[in-house]
Amino acid sequence: MYAYDDFDAGFVRARVAEFRKQVERRIDGALTEDEFKPLRLKNGLYLQLHAYMLRVAIPYGTLNARQMRQLAMIAERWDKGYGHFTTRQNIQFNWPRLKDVPDILDALADVEMHAIQTSGNCIRNVTADHFAGAAADEIEDPRPTAELLRQWSTDHPEFQYLPRKFKIAITGSPNDRAVTRAHDIGLRMVRNEAGEPGYEVIVGGGLGRTPMIGKTVRDFVPKADLLPYLEAILRVYNLAGRRDNKYKARIKILVHETGTEEIKAMIEDAFVEQKALFQAPPQELVARIEAAFAPPVFDNTQSLAFERAQADDPVFGAFVETNVAEHRNPAYGIVSVSLKPVGGTPGDASADQMRVLADLAERYGHDELRVSHEQNIILPHVRKADIPAVHAALKKAGLATANIGLISDIIACPGMDYCALATARSIPVAQQIATRFDALRLERDIGPLKIKISGCINACGHHHVGHIGILGLDKAGVENYQVTLGGDGTETASIGERTGPGFAAEDLIPAIETIIDTYLGLRQTADETFLDAYRRLGAGPFKDAIYDDRHDSARAA
Amino acid sequence: MPRQKHPQVVTANDLFEGDVVYLTVDGGWTRRHGEAAVAETPHEAERLLALANAQPEKIVGAYLANAAIGEDGRPRPIHFREAFRTRGPSNYFHGKQAEL
Repeated sequence: MYAYDDFDAGFVRARVAEFRKQVERRIDGALTEDEFKPLRLKNGLYLQLHAYMLRVAIPYGTLNARQMRQLAMIAERWDKGYGHFTTRQNIQFNWPRLKDVPDILDALADVEMHAIQTSGNCIRNVTADHFAGAAADEIEDPRPTAELLRQWSTDHPEFQYLPRKFKIAITGSPNDRAVTRAHDIGLRMVRNEAGEPGYEVIVGGGLGRTPMIGKTVRDFVPKADLLPYLEAILRVYNLAGRRDNKYKARIKILVHETGTEEIKAMIEDAFVEQKALFQAPPQELVARIEAAFAPPVFDNTQSLAFERAQADDPVFGAFVETNVAEHRNPAYGIVSVSLKPVGGTPGDASADQMRVLADLAERYGHDELRVSHEQNIILPHVRKADIPAVHAALKKAGLATANIGLISDIIACPGMDYCALATARSIPVAQQIATRFDALRLERDIGPLKIKISGCINACGHHHVGHIGILGLDKAGVENYQVTLGGDGTETASIGERTGPGFAAEDLIPAIETIIDTYLGLRQTADETFLDAYRRLGAGPFKDAIYDDRHDSARAA
Repeated sequence: MPRQKHPQVVTANDLFEGDVVYLTVDGGWTRRHGEAAVAETPHEAERLLALANAQPEKIVGAYLANAAIGEDGRPRPIHFREAFRTRGPSNYFHGKQAEL
């Protein structure tokens, strides 16, 4: 993986030193809160409902064991012994004290990490397919491009005061695990007719208040042209984006209001100018980045340990079925470690669990870990013969939940349990759904199903692209939950459709159960997934079922 | 002096710890909602808020929150958001509820 050079290291240390002085000046009263707030946000420090929250960038979700151990140390020394992995592949510490934050940032810098550009109207941490470099379906590892984007966008003077925040996601695979169509810019690696890899560029996707699926503005941009092409997009946005209204300031609104064809023309015009001005990064830098992401030296020694464990141990067999994905090397598997134990908080990991993950990455996983936008941890390169040992260690650490892609593998934003912006809670809803379907023993029968929950309209929980989406709102001083159906964050992306009026907290879980019962009753075969069945049937039968139930209970009352 | 629909308390976050605090009658700060100063009139509410805003070296983001007066004469929160702020996260027992 990429290692900081002297410039990177010096830059990050200088920012920590600068922030240390800013914190001192806030504490001694030289800076007011109004002056300090934008400075702390530039360093990832928010003030939430119950405490400060530090959001730490994990570039394209890639970590090594040393970094994970340092996150564990920070959680234990300066927080409450855990961290929360987010839908932007970052980690958040929920309880730091103001005076400790500069020390935390120095501890992060010790392992080449920081919290820069995890807030504010700038280009945020670039997210990537969490199987990058390992997936069997991949054209090429997109992370060298992601790292180049990180360097290009960090402290880029032209992009520090955009109309609004700006999120870029990238994938090298045709199966989109990075939700590229719901980002300000989505990049999907494709090949041109000559077989060369480049990028399909998608612009103007996004969730939040006005959910939009991004529009393809170029089917193919050669790798060498990518940066000036992105600069052209950012330049158009910077000049034409709505700065008059915060709620209309994202690029998706500009694309929508201008029209795709007109935006394409504006970008192409800007690209001609930008390309002429553009100074390509030095070839040795590009080569250094590419070398940093060279695949590990795989150990292809054959062993039957994996097949034997699958045959002998049904618990291991179930784990493999959901949590092990196909690797580009047939002797290897990609192991997804679920941070969604039944009744737990989606995305939370204790310091001890982080250390177990670090140890496993080091011992069995070529020292690589990934954070997925679905709030799980990935060991991307594990020799199949070692997966039984990895599974045994995960079991001991409470990390062997075999539910990846199933109903209890829920994305939930922090919601009103932590977040100052939330209008309702998300985590308890996830806890209740997981607990209920665990009791029903239906999870495997239901099959692939993505439930995503947000505690406010900003949609950090990606509810619009959940097969079942749940949005928590404050309805006259009471938590109330709207349900959407049929959302999809993959290459067949779609925005979920609202079922109708929202549900009180106590009515929500029965409504979800009714939706699932309806699906199980109407699916053509056990292989027809919830999403396929919804696309065949439409919303009608589901709406009828949940609102009929409600009428029945109203009549009964 | 007209009374307001609900009594109000002043709440904020502590500058150093970030945790939820309430203004007391003597102009100090407490972690306990029940110990907060209660404003029964808009004038008193304004006075308390001004007292809070004069302490930027201690707190961040002071605002008025509606409260009800319990049988013990102490204020308690009305809105669920304010109720969560008195206790901490509800996903499991930690934060303020475990520490007070």
